[in-house]
Amino acid sequence: MSLSVLFFLLVGAVCLAAAFGVVVSRQPVHSALFLLVNFASLAVLYVTLEAQFLAAAQVIIYAGGIVILILFVIMLIGGETNDFSAAQRTWSRIVGLGLGLILLVGLGYSALQKLLPLPADPGAALQGGAPKTVGLELFTNYILPFELVGILLLVALIGALVMGRQPEGAGEGIAAVKASDR
Amino acid sequence: MIPTSYYLILAALIFATGATGVLVRRNALIIFMCVEMMLNSVNLTLIALSRQWGNLNGQIFVFVIMAVAAAEVAVGLAILIANTRHRRSINIDEINLLKW
Repeated sequence: MSLSVLFFLLVGAVCLAAAFGVVVSRQPVHSALFLLVNFASLAVLYVTLEAQFLAAAQVIIYAGGIVILILFVIMLIGGETNDFSAAQRTWSRIVGLGLGLILLVGLGYSALQKLLPLPADPGAALQGGAPKTVGLELFTNYILPFELVGILLLVALIGALVMGRQPEGAGEGIAAVKASDR
Repeated sequence: MIPTSYYLILAALIFATGATGVLVRRNALIIFMCVEMMLNSVNLTLIALSRQWGNLNGQIFVFVIMAVAAAEVAVGLAILIANTRHRRSINIDEINLLKW
């Protein structure tokens, strides 16, 4: 077994263990931290797949932005729920596990059905997925999707602001701030 | 060089784990995290196949998916906060206003 396969197995095992941790943790905070480990190990895998720019973007956007946002919300609304309440039917968990297993078998079967040959030489076309290569492609052939993504982010920002705003005349909030509002 | 199929299998395992989490857990925040995990496993698939065929299109696709995921997180968490203000709960069994 070559060193690179060993490295892949190690990082992949960390990634998968973190994924399981997200699902089975009782505390949402622990889930969020496991999610951080999952994202970071995926970024390592991106580097081995000649996608350096995306590895950096993964760390910045997911590990740096999304996980922090989720942690903020957990601390804001507590996130404590009784996941094992009596209201939950006992069979729903078994059905969920069974459906997940069926999905895994289906996906694994279709992935293993035809083992892909080793790629010829990705270095020539991808050039390690360096920012320059990706940027040239993005700003020439894919300039319209790029602009549309910018509009989408603006719309999402405004939507999040509108939905997250305190309703008019809500009883909560700091008294001094409310007084200055009037 | 690591065969592409290894990455596909790993992505399938992570995707199935995330899907099972969505089905099994009742905490809306954890379901949210599981959805993020599924998005990421698909990203891994796209990048692996991008290397397989020596084509940059897959990486561009992943870049767009990341932006969409960021937008989805912002809006989704705002919905969760707004819901928590009204119902004092993030158990998805109790978020059933639109249920038939």
